[in-house]
Amino acid sequence: MAGLWVGTAALVAAGRRGRWPPQQLMLSSVLRTLKHVPHYSRQHLMVSRNLGSVGYDPNEKTFDKILIANRGEIACRVIKTCKKMGIKTVAIHSDVDASSVHVKMADEAVCVGPAPTSKSYLNVDAIMEAIKKTRAQAVHPGYGFLSENKEFARCLAAEDVIFIGPDTHAIQAMGDKIESKLLAKKAEVNTIPGFDGVVKDAEEAVRIAREIGYPVMIKASAGGGGKGMRIAWDDEETRDGFRLSSQEAASSFGDDRLLIEKFIDNPRHIEIQVLGDKHGNALWLNERECSIQRRNQKVVEEAPSIFLDAETRRAMGEQAVALARAVKYSSAGTVEFLVDSKKNFYFLEMNTRLQVTTTMHTKKVTTSGALIVGSVTVPSPKQRQHTGRGWQMSPKQRQHAGRGTSPAPVLSDCTEPKAEADDFPVTQLLILKVLGIIRFNLTCADLYFKDCASFPLNFQDPYKSFGLPSIGRLSQYQEPLHLPGVRVDSGIQPGSDISIYYDPMISKLITYGCDRTEALERMADALDNYVIRGVTHNIALLREVIINSRFVKGDISTKFLSDVYPDGFKGHMLTKSEKNQLLAIASSLFVAFQLRAQHFQENSRMPIIKPDIANWELSIKLHDKVHTVVASNSGSAFLVEVDGSKLNVTSTWNLALPLLSVSVDGTQRTVQCLSREAGGNMSIQFLGTVYKVNILTKLAAELNKFMLEKVTEDTSSVLRSPMPGVVVAVSVKPGDTVAEGQEICVIEAMKMQNSMTAGKTGTVKSVHCQAGDTVGEGDLLVELE
Amino acid sequence: MAAALRVAAAGARLGVLASGLRAATRGLCSQATSVNERIENKRRNALLGGGQRRIDAQHKRGKLTARERISLLLDPGSFVESDMFVEHRCADFGMAADKNKDFTVFGGSLSGAHAQKICKIMDQAITVGAPVIGLNDSGGARIQEGVESLAGYADIFLRNVTASGVIPQISLIMGPCAGGAVYSPALTDFTFMVKDTSYLFITGPDVVKSVTNEDVTQEELGGAKTHTTMSGVAHRAFENDVDALCNLRDFFNYLPLSNQDSAPVRECHDPSDRLVPELDTIVPLESTKAYNMVDIIHSVVDEREFFEIMPNYAKNIIVGFARMNGRTVGIVGNQPKVASGCLDINSSVKGARFVRFCDAFNIPLITFVDVPGFLPGTAQEYGGIIRHGAKLLYAFAEATVPKVTVITRKAYGGAYDVMSSKHLCGDTNYAWPTAEIAVMGAKGAVEIIFKGHENVEAAQAEYIEKFANPFPAAVRGFVDDIIQPSSTRARICCDLDVLASKKVQRPWRKHANIPL
Repeated sequence: MAGLWVGTAALVAAGRRGRWPPQQLMLSSVLRTLKHVPHYSRQHLMVSRNLGSVGYDPNEKTFDKILIANRGEIACRVIKTCKKMGIKTVAIHSDVDASSVHVKMADEAVCVGPAPTSKSYLNVDAIMEAIKKTRAQAVHPGYGFLSENKEFARCLAAEDVIFIGPDTHAIQAMGDKIESKLLAKKAEVNTIPGFDGVVKDAEEAVRIAREIGYPVMIKASAGGGGKGMRIAWDDEETRDGFRLSSQEAASSFGDDRLLIEKFIDNPRHIEIQVLGDKHGNALWLNERECSIQRRNQKVVEEAPSIFLDAETRRAMGEQAVALARAVKYSSAGTVEFLVDSKKNFYFLEMNTRLQVTTTMHTKKVTTSGALIVGSVTVPSPKQRQHTGRGWQMSPKQRQHAGRGTSPAPVLSDCTEPKAEADDFPVTQLLILKVLGIIRFNLTCADLYFKDCASFPLNFQDPYKSFGLPSIGRLSQYQEPLHLPGVRVDSGIQPGSDISIYYDPMISKLITYGCDRTEALERMADALDNYVIRGVTHNIALLREVIINSRFVKGDISTKFLSDVYPDGFKGHMLTKSEKNQLLAIASSLFVAFQLRAQHFQENSRMPIIKPDIANWELSIKLHDKVHTVVASNSGSAFLVEVDGSKLNVTSTWNLALPLLSVSVDGTQRTVQCLSREAGGNMSIQFLGTVYKVNILTKLAAELNKFMLEKVTEDTSSVLRSPMPGVVVAVSVKPGDTVAEGQEICVIEAMKMQNSMTAGKTGTVKSVHCQAGDTVGEGDLLVELE
Repeated sequence: MAAALRVAAAGARLGVLASGLRAATRGLCSQATSVNERIENKRRNALLGGGQRRIDAQHKRGKLTARERISLLLDPGSFVESDMFVEHRCADFGMAADKNKDFTVFGGSLSGAHAQKICKIMDQAITVGAPVIGLNDSGGARIQEGVESLAGYADIFLRNVTASGVIPQISLIMGPCAGGAVYSPALTDFTFMVKDTSYLFITGPDVVKSVTNEDVTQEELGGAKTHTTMSGVAHRAFENDVDALCNLRDFFNYLPLSNQDSAPVRECHDPSDRLVPELDTIVPLESTKAYNMVDIIHSVVDEREFFEIMPNYAKNIIVGFARMNGRTVGIVGNQPKVASGCLDINSSVKGARFVRFCDAFNIPLITFVDVPGFLPGTAQEYGGIIRHGAKLLYAFAEATVPKVTVITRKAYGGAYDVMSSKHLCGDTNYAWPTAEIAVMGAKGAVEIIFKGHENVEAAQAEYIEKFANPFPAAVRGFVDDIIQPSSTRARICCDLDVLASKKVQRPWRKHANIPL
């Protein structure tokens, strides 16, 4: 398993940096494994994973015990790899995370405080205490939290504990957006016009914004990943943005410095992978396109970018390398660029850590069978023999990398893996960004991947401004791992609680195929087969994005979501034939349930069931429109006539399984029946979107016409919490007059501050919350007259 | 009870009601047209009698006529074809509506003649063992008929009592049901209501105003919300007539036809040995933290289908029907989310009545226990928690149906005994590893045992070590096994198969004397 091996490498190398003597790495065996794995067979995949895992030399001196200062998906991956390497692991957790997956997986676990991150996962003192208590020799920070915290790195150094990640100076230089921009400028990297400095107050923010010219982006100096970032189009929004961003920055990073810069309209977000060694060498690798974003957080990632040409790719790569060399970068990292429609690109920031969402490069690794590195990079045995101390690239690598001109390994050129331990041309060097510790499918080596798409799957309700956080208990959870070309990285299991305190990301869903079309088809399939119950999620949105014609053509930008869904995402819009399919499936399901309800056993007093009735006349309501359906069945096959057109529906009709595979006129569909009520209401997830239908027999539908409409609450005069969270501020009091759209209060949930505004102009009648309150979804906040 | 449509299916006619409900919609559609034609014909007849205007008025109120309700409740296919006698019976009923002035004509007040019809059908239902469903939409006794209509009520009450425990009796209140009429639903096993259009009260708002000077609306006094959340008179409320009747069909499928029949077993697609990994983490590590017992029930039962009874009343106990490997079971569970799941007066009575229904009709009981004890306080003591709590104790002890108990967390004090414990002849009693079976929680116990001691924390730790776990009960055989939560479903399904042939003989008695 290359991922495992990579992990090994990273950990061993880290060890070497500390007290542990350099050891020989068994790269050749790994790479040979890579080469000889047979095609296509799932069993073989499994076998090769095992082969991969023995690629690590068990005699290698490694850490005995490391502490993972993170939670969720990344912590799980780190622990998994450590387990296979025989390294003991220590998990840290907050009290609400006590029974989460990463805690269960680790050998030891230490509670570092209560739920809020600032008191637990960001609590350096408590974590240092945990390190001392458990005698962990090193700390793996994962991503987010303390991964780019120089203070933490300094504390660790003081205790002689190894920080598994890049050097402090690089974290410091690149972690600070202002400093990184200055450095970038010095290294002749294109930067975005803007104000490089600390912004003191809202008025200064406005002045700077005017100088730069609207629109501007306001963001936290210390933050990454879109947290604390806001776009302002005028003075008022600048003031708002300054206030919210600085609060958010303070609560997430304990550092409320901000910077303001020109907002590039309609840009693409493309990032370049770089790799540096301790000898001043650096090289660049392929890009990932992460243009589909929501609130500056990546929603869809794709590699390679459909937009870049070889020339731009090279230019970006060279600048990325220049930057890496400028900070003496000795690790794997990502240089993020904004690219405008004319392929002008601007440096955005450099991530000196793992990426949340990126796994694509792992696939490329398999393609070329190249070496992978984590935050700490590792040479091949031969290179090691040459250099002896600290990792250094091979002469051949240096040849390219040293000049900063490494040609981008375009995957389409890699028709087969060519890796040889003894011959390690840099063209095949690709980077695994996720600190080398990821579950990694070695057998993919024999397939080749031109493309793959990666989704962070969030517990978010996509219908509320593309996804506000949703919390709850995962009553059912099933990953689509039975499908080919699918990988899921997650840190949850059925029964997990999703709390308001942490990142709502639940998993990364990755699919890959021999071309973009196949990768996307597999993604759609995987999304249909993903079972997540108990919390809302953004599958509907994700599935919609990948079938959107603009996305398919590659015509995307970071404004994709707001451009394509200007009035908010409303779910998949059914075509006529899709609608007929849905109605046919729903009515077949209804009849299947009804037929099953007749099948009683062991009761002699039950009436003799009469021969099957030929036709079921049903009336289905979908989106307030009533459709007439006639269904008849023979065995498991249904013939359904929907509004006059006939469809054949077949399935196993197993009514207990969460996934139902149905064939409609030969088209294969996977649907999920989420709920079914005796009154005829049924929720069906079809093409990613959940449709609510009401199915009644013809008679019941006729009588249903006499039923009275229930009166619903007028919602414009009440403000309810759209999600569970904590009230940060309340801006009004009873008697105040508010204008429509005026901010009434701010709710923080999952580390995002959400401004709640008035739905209409009026007088505040009553306020039902105060700062500091914890509110649930649907809780009444403020009433207007 | 003019409009109270007593639908009884008896003997050979069993097929009517049973297939009407059991067979669900089979045949419903193909026959719907012909039935609709017939309904149309009857409507036309009623029109000739001057009834269309009244029918329209009924519709305008969002309610269906008696015949429409029946057509929805029953399977028209079998209703029409299976037995002419039933047709006659129902026609008779229909005639009753015509002749004796049904609610569309006279506000559904009860006449002697009408009561007689109802009694006749109920007698037959008892004789052959067929359930009775009443669709109530009645204004009360016909004042004009005087004592005769009062006698009519009593005749029906007597049938209700005679039928109690012999055949399931269900009332669906679909309109006003006032005065004496309310006692018939009260005597039946389950009372369901329709939201916004149904009311149950002894005396209406006008009388209340004149007697107690209280201003109250019909809805506040006896609407669906009042009875399903405050009084506990009704077991569930549905959105409208159609929703209610559809749900009634669904509900009916859980019930046996009579006390001579075993619990129905429906075809099941959910594997009986399915493991439920999500249960392994559902009980929080801190014993003070709540979780939702309904989640456990959904995970364990077939296809997550659970028909909850009284979901909005005494929410600290959960009762309802579900299926295990296709077989109907009654579920009782403490709800840690509400009042820590403790037992109080209302929850004891709610639980007791449900347990007795299950026992009367051969429905196995599965009990999920997380109970910190009985609710303390003057309100409870003055209210008689002792005698009310005794009802639940009595009901569990008396029950001879298969009883499987799972202690998920706390089982403290007398409440432990009450909740279908081994000592009350629980057939299989399991504890999850998180179970704490003790006289009381560690804190309280230490305060008593080590009163005045200095090192309270150490004592508390010792108590937890010794008592707050499943071992003391397990070594004594009070729990049969400590099981992994994920295996709960598989274990229960297996036990129910074994216990299907359970037989218990009690000494003869005229009837037991439950502390009412």
